[in-house]
Amino acid sequence: MPPIWSIPSITRRAWKVWYRNLVVFFRTWHVNFFPPLIEAFLYLFAIGMGIGTYVKEIDGIPYVNFIAPAILAISVMNSAFFECTYGSYVRMYYQKSFDAMIATPLSIEDVIAGELLWGATRSVLYVIIMLPVLAVFGVISFPLSLLAIPLAFLGGLMFAGIAMCFTAITPGIDTLNYPSFLLITPMALFSGTFFPLTLLPELLQYIALAFLPLTHLVAIMRMLTLPAMTGLVMLHLAWIILVTAILCTVSINLMRRRLIV
Amino acid sequence: MIAVDGISFTVKEGEMFGFLGPNGAGKTSTMKIIACVSPRTSGAVRVFGMDPDLYPAEIKKRLGVVPQETNLDPDFTCYGNLFTYSRYFDIPPEIAHKKAEELLEFVQLQEKRDVTVEKLSGGMKRRLILARALVNNPDLLILDEPTIGLDPQARHLIWERLKKLQSQGNTIVLTTHYLDEAARLCDRLVIMDNGKILVEGSPADLVKQYVGNEIVEVEKSEDVVSSLIRKNIPFEIIGDTVQIASDSSREVARFLLDHCSPQKVLTRPATLEDVFLKLTGRKLRE
Repeated sequence: MPPIWSIPSITRRAWKVWYRNLVVFFRTWHVNFFPPLIEAFLYLFAIGMGIGTYVKEIDGIPYVNFIAPAILAISVMNSAFFECTYGSYVRMYYQKSFDAMIATPLSIEDVIAGELLWGATRSVLYVIIMLPVLAVFGVISFPLSLLAIPLAFLGGLMFAGIAMCFTAITPGIDTLNYPSFLLITPMALFSGTFFPLTLLPELLQYIALAFLPLTHLVAIMRMLTLPAMTGLVMLHLAWIILVTAILCTVSINLMRRRLIV
Repeated sequence: MIAVDGISFTVKEGEMFGFLGPNGAGKTSTMKIIACVSPRTSGAVRVFGMDPDLYPAEIKKRLGVVPQETNLDPDFTCYGNLFTYSRYFDIPPEIAHKKAEELLEFVQLQEKRDVTVEKLSGGMKRRLILARALVNNPDLLILDEPTIGLDPQARHLIWERLKKLQSQGNTIVLTTHYLDEAARLCDRLVIMDNGKILVEGSPADLVKQYVGNEIVEVEKSEDVVSSLIRKNIPFEIIGDTVQIASDSSREVARFLLDHCSPQKVLTRPATLEDVFLKLTGRKLRE
């Protein structure tokens, strides 16, 4: 049994798994395209227009413009995370799709890599759907905001990796509720999303920067949409790339442990 | 836990080879090792002359697998299942399309072509899985309980299709609990228990070697038992029945009728089931 940090050998066949999920997504597009659209409207109205009436602006930035990048980042997180937890778990456990796939030239590493790539792609699709809505409301600036699309892929891959680690170790589908409530929901609130990180006690700020992946994604996203690019973008990017590489590797090895007996 | 313990067998090209055994005997584990899914802890395995640890993709390209559990893709139709599965084998779309249509006809599911798999009956699902295992024209077909839970009509259709595949030159390895199925289909078979192979041979040879030609069954009574002991005829008591395996069943039956006047005496040909029960015992398995 190889250690969980060993580099898995993945072939180009992983894209076949990715493509299978893409086909299913577009075949049921009518149920898949509305959630991100509605989500964008809901956040803009409830928080942007609602709370925004009182808050007006943060650090000289209109409140709606302040939360617009957070809406995108949270959507990147949610779409990849839920796809690679509940979605992948259903395909693995209930549909036995992975068993069927590894009876073909696909290896288990290819299958999980394909699932991770698909989770990231789903984030990209959601951002592509949300961008026009935010543009119509005039709360993001172009052309720099278009970089949110490739960023969604990287951020999506990170959250897909986190999700797949939980999927690999969860005893059943119900226990996947723990990471969603104990990790994803707090992260959506305390990662510099709806109020600046600097409002938190100093210690918590450091903890957020060190351990909450969403913090870095929101930071970069905000630099793109305001725009307010600084050299710090490199640090945030480096953090995300490093963590993504580690988590994706570990998740593939954990899944092999779970499935290959 | 040891699932498979030092087994050794060779399957010849073009033959139908069976694995029999009670639950937990190690049949499915053996299939998974051949199919490059489970790694072995020790020993040597060669499939098409290649080691599954080293060349899994090359081996799996030439395998067709019918798993015990139905794992069709519920997000696709019958046709969609075959077409999507072909993609995993790098089969070009035009060829995959043609082959899918051909296979739907082969398993008599043309009318269900555009139906999602959830709407299929159990027998139809098994037939579709058989079709799916054939999308890559496999040299070796591995079937784990191919007819489990099917009605007699569906079983016969699958048997007939397997015979046809064999006549076209396919090599087939299968596991089964149904001894009539094994006797009917397999050229050679092994009986496994507790991870070991107990015997290997053709169904007819095994019956002849381990049980004999015929079985006499008679209702149990003290009279019968004592007469048999007196005559020195070996027998076995199973519930209310006494079983005597013998090559001269008529004489045994006559002897019993003459001496004990039992209610009912039955003579029948010995079957693989008799061999199976003799070798693996009558105790229930988990």
